[in-house]
Amino acid sequence: MAHPQPTLSDQAQLARTAWRLREDVLTMIAKAGSGHPGGSLSAIDIITVLYLAVLRHDPRQPLWEGRDRFILSKGHACPALYAVLAECGYFDRSLFDNFRQLGSPLQGHPELGRLAGVEASTGSLGQGLSIGLGMAEGARITGRDARVYVLTGDGELDEGQVWEAALYAGARQLSNLVAIVDVNGQQLDDTTERLMPLEPLAAKWEAFRWHVVSVDGHDTGALLEAFEAAKRVSDRPTVILAKTIKGRGVSFMEDNLEWHGQAPNAAQLEQALAELRAHRASL
Amino acid sequence: MTTSTKTRPLGPATRDAYGEALVELGRLNPAVVVLDADLSKSTKSNGFAKAFPERFMNVGIAEANMVSMAAGLASCGLIPFASSFASFLMAKSFDQLRMGVANPRVNAKFVGSHGGISLGEDGASQQSVEDLALAVALPHMAVLVPADAVAAKALTFVAAAHAGPVFMRTGRPKAALVHAPDAVFAVGGSHTLRTGRDLTIVANGLMVHEALCAAEMAEDLGLSVGVIDAYSVKPLDEASIVKAAADSGALLVVEEHLTSGALGAAVAQVCARLRPVPMAFVGLQDTYAESGTPEALLEHFGLSARHVLMALQELLVRKQALMAGA
Repeated sequence: MAHPQPTLSDQAQLARTAWRLREDVLTMIAKAGSGHPGGSLSAIDIITVLYLAVLRHDPRQPLWEGRDRFILSKGHACPALYAVLAECGYFDRSLFDNFRQLGSPLQGHPELGRLAGVEASTGSLGQGLSIGLGMAEGARITGRDARVYVLTGDGELDEGQVWEAALYAGARQLSNLVAIVDVNGQQLDDTTERLMPLEPLAAKWEAFRWHVVSVDGHDTGALLEAFEAAKRVSDRPTVILAKTIKGRGVSFMEDNLEWHGQAPNAAQLEQALAELRAHRASL
Repeated sequence: MTTSTKTRPLGPATRDAYGEALVELGRLNPAVVVLDADLSKSTKSNGFAKAFPERFMNVGIAEANMVSMAAGLASCGLIPFASSFASFLMAKSFDQLRMGVANPRVNAKFVGSHGGISLGEDGASQQSVEDLALAVALPHMAVLVPADAVAAKALTFVAAAHAGPVFMRTGRPKAALVHAPDAVFAVGGSHTLRTGRDLTIVANGLMVHEALCAAEMAEDLGLSVGVIDAYSVKPLDEASIVKAAADSGALLVVEEHLTSGALGAAVAQVCARLRPVPMAFVGLQDTYAESGTPEALLEHFGLSARHVLMALQELLVRKQALMAGA
């Protein structure tokens, strides 16, 4: 049977969708009383563009063998993934109400096998790119042209396993693999620059034989362009260094370490939703 | 490696049998893929690498990356076998196994060679005395320890056919053949190689042969000692353990591993629940080993047939005292 191809290429519409899904992210976290708003809001434009405009996937057949794969290696940003998966029709939005509750398929960090659309269990950082390597090699071995996208955090790059995977992908020229780094400049305890500086980050990936693209991770048009450009690179994997703002879209959360892993209270949620709606109306 | 007079023919090492089985599996099933972390000459996955280069991935010295890659390959409908030394595979990749394999019950297979201390001269860094405890600790993980080449080859096929994650430990030295060529193996199975009235030894890996030799020496002393090859540490063949406990009234567990956390612990739990009998445990006692010849190490650390015989004699004394007291 025919599987749907991504059709949404209107960057303004993608942006409006991502801003609307931010409301789901914060509502979900507020209802649960815990979660990670900062990294979810920095990543959601990337995930929205991927699922609505780049990935070949079929929510009616989540295990379609020819699908492209997406792995959220920074698993704590799963509210963003859940919001986008529901938007695609993988499951009903009513499941948001039970995020992080006993028996919910929406676990505190994504778990393979519990929720349609989740491709890997993540949450212990550093493993997603390696799982993606396996999927990229699996596509080669099974003769499929599937592409694999892995989103990592920038703090996550502290994990040595990421560089084991980067070394392998570069050496084996896995051009069907795309890594996206959510460069929001913060990790849990401090900024990346103070805690464990990563710069020069592009040079590091280049040294590992990757094609490196730097973009504004909240610019849906720039993201679309970067993903399309990556498809044309045939001799190496691509990494997209997506510069983002942690907590993007909510004034009191933006670039604020305090909002890495805490839920907004009712008043804070109300203010946040009002800001998000106002911005969306301006798009 | 034994003082028994009734020696059995020495067969290939279990790692060699694994390597052969992989090549056969590769011919039979195009979904089988193999990974190694720069030890393919030692783990014996190199035969598969030569026969099926397009399905072999050498990841370099990066075990954690290899294990997570195996999870990704499995999600494409492939059956990955990832090999390294048992110690590196379990200890360096434990979190990757926990997150990417065990919890989501991914259909990937992990084979650790150079199990136990009998790899010998390379010493404690390469030896593995905790690998089985780590593997057993992972929910959903089947844990297999073949005693000889017959078992290793058969269990490689069993692992491939099993739906779910498997860890299998192989060994470096040649292993005496303790199984008939047509012996049948299964996840959750065991082989009762001898039955005994006085006591039963439960062993796996190289220790099965030491147990058989000890049982034969005991027989010369007028004792009736059974031997079970508990090659499936998890799931354990509880029925055979309980039957041996009931029939012989005492169990001696012998393993080339720490006495905690692996076969001894599993057998003790079964007995405590279903058929309590006097038990004793032969293995490494809260220690790492060191360099030496395999023979010298097994002797020094109390794992040779002679030591097994002494342990079973001590256990029998305890059993008889308990019976007299009752």
